[in-house]
Amino acid sequence: MQLPIYLDYSATTPVDPRVAEKMSDCLTQEGNFGNPASRSHSFGWQAEEAIEEGRALLAELIGADPREIVWTSGATESNNLAIKGAAHFYQKKGKHIITSSIEHKAVLDTCRQLEREGFEITYLSPDDNGLTQPAAIEAAIRDDTVLVSIMHANNEIGVINDIAAIGELTRPRKIIFHVDGAQSVGKIPVDMESLKVDLLSISAHKMYGPKGIGALFVRRKPRVRIEAQIHGGGHERGMRSGTLPTHQIVGVGEAARIAMQDMATDNARLIKLRERLWDGVKDMEEVYLNGHPEYRLPGALNVSFNFVEGESLIMALKDLAISSGSACTSASLEPSYVLRALGRSDELAHSSLRFSVGRFTTEEEVDHAIVQVRAAVEKLRELSPLWDMYKDGIDLNSVQWAAH
Amino acid sequence: MAYGEKVLDHYENPRNVGKMDVNDSSVGTGMVGAPACGDVMRLQIKVDDNGVIEDAKFKTYGCGSAIASSSLLTEWVKGKTLDQAAEIKNMDIAEELALPPVKIHCSVLAEDAIKAAIADLHEKSSKKIAS
Repeated sequence: MQLPIYLDYSATTPVDPRVAEKMSDCLTQEGNFGNPASRSHSFGWQAEEAIEEGRALLAELIGADPREIVWTSGATESNNLAIKGAAHFYQKKGKHIITSSIEHKAVLDTCRQLEREGFEITYLSPDDNGLTQPAAIEAAIRDDTVLVSIMHANNEIGVINDIAAIGELTRPRKIIFHVDGAQSVGKIPVDMESLKVDLLSISAHKMYGPKGIGALFVRRKPRVRIEAQIHGGGHERGMRSGTLPTHQIVGVGEAARIAMQDMATDNARLIKLRERLWDGVKDMEEVYLNGHPEYRLPGALNVSFNFVEGESLIMALKDLAISSGSACTSASLEPSYVLRALGRSDELAHSSLRFSVGRFTTEEEVDHAIVQVRAAVEKLRELSPLWDMYKDGIDLNSVQWAAH
Repeated sequence: MAYGEKVLDHYENPRNVGKMDVNDSSVGTGMVGAPACGDVMRLQIKVDDNGVIEDAKFKTYGCGSAIASSSLLTEWVKGKTLDQAAEIKNMDIAEELALPPVKIHCSVLAEDAIKAAIADLHEKSSKKIAS
């Protein structure tokens, strides 16, 4: 068992060895190093062939046409391209955009930028389970709404939105529907043939591919147009200029192939590991699961341990690589905006841990994590005045805090 | 974020964790911070007849730096008079623990805690004199 134990697969994944091998064939002089846009010699042609193979594999993973894949530097760029690109292209039809308050910063910050440009954004609150309800979207739609952007799976709590239902609302109204699929593509089935989604962001490093490459699905039927954000050569049908990185794309293709092959068996195993982890801590006093218990990613678990602060927990769990929704782990003093949006009290938002198991997680690692977590929570509760007060029957909501 | 050695030491071997009787007239209790900020410190001091702090106890809900700041404080105030304890500055704590800039506020809270405990004692003794 290698320490620390990696339980942060939602943050990033290691590149699968099979992926790394394919990528290394595209680097040096003996490899496929040509510029895919070089049309005049075999170095270019071979690189182009490899690119198109990768493109076809990724397209197959999500039930799309290869021509609907636009390569980007990652899901952050895809989110920028989708939202700014669609908003700018369709702004004559209207300048209202609907999204949720618990989207990834790549979506939220992009929306803020559009607000500075004169767009109006509605940020919907999720329900107590962290889900954005289609009914809430329907209620927010206006005559001047041009774009809806809702994530498929949430990165902090792992819950999965019903994007099929949302697509049924947007398509008849001809509103562009963008989905941030960074946490879902490659992990759970995503079928663009049946989903009425117009734009989908994809991240390679969340599915055992390399960092620094992602894609944006741009639907052809019905046709979706976006304004390019990066210019210079007109690559990717004019939507995203820049020399395509053969090694990166080959890596994504291989990662997609493995995902298609192993998704079902991987997920069955992950769900068992996740449940094993939850079962190992849920019987402790004052422990809360954040997010819907069923509509969640196979490997994700976000838990609050009341009366113990998240960063101190992480410090105590030095054998585990996990993350927390605690303020101390971000630059500001505010707790996770996702957990706050769920209606969690400040103490619970400060007390959360995000565990995410993945392809290389073992049962032994999960068992070790359980032992460590239980011991750390117990020890920190001994140090906690809030636990003391809770045990004494004091209602913390009634206390006048002397915050500075 | 890598943790300073001293901060880790206070977590692994916390000094003076515990609770004193808030109703004891020789005990001063300072509770500062708020769950909303992710930091709550309870610092308690017991003075002898000469006004010297003979014992101190703490409990903290907060990050490693907050725990270490309050733990360190309980070590420092023992054997000091109330006036001497009131002179402890947060930057002394921050320097001793090598706190990074983003964690300085933890040492500020600890300074607030000791001042609150001292104020509580003063209030108790003035009530005593009054009654």
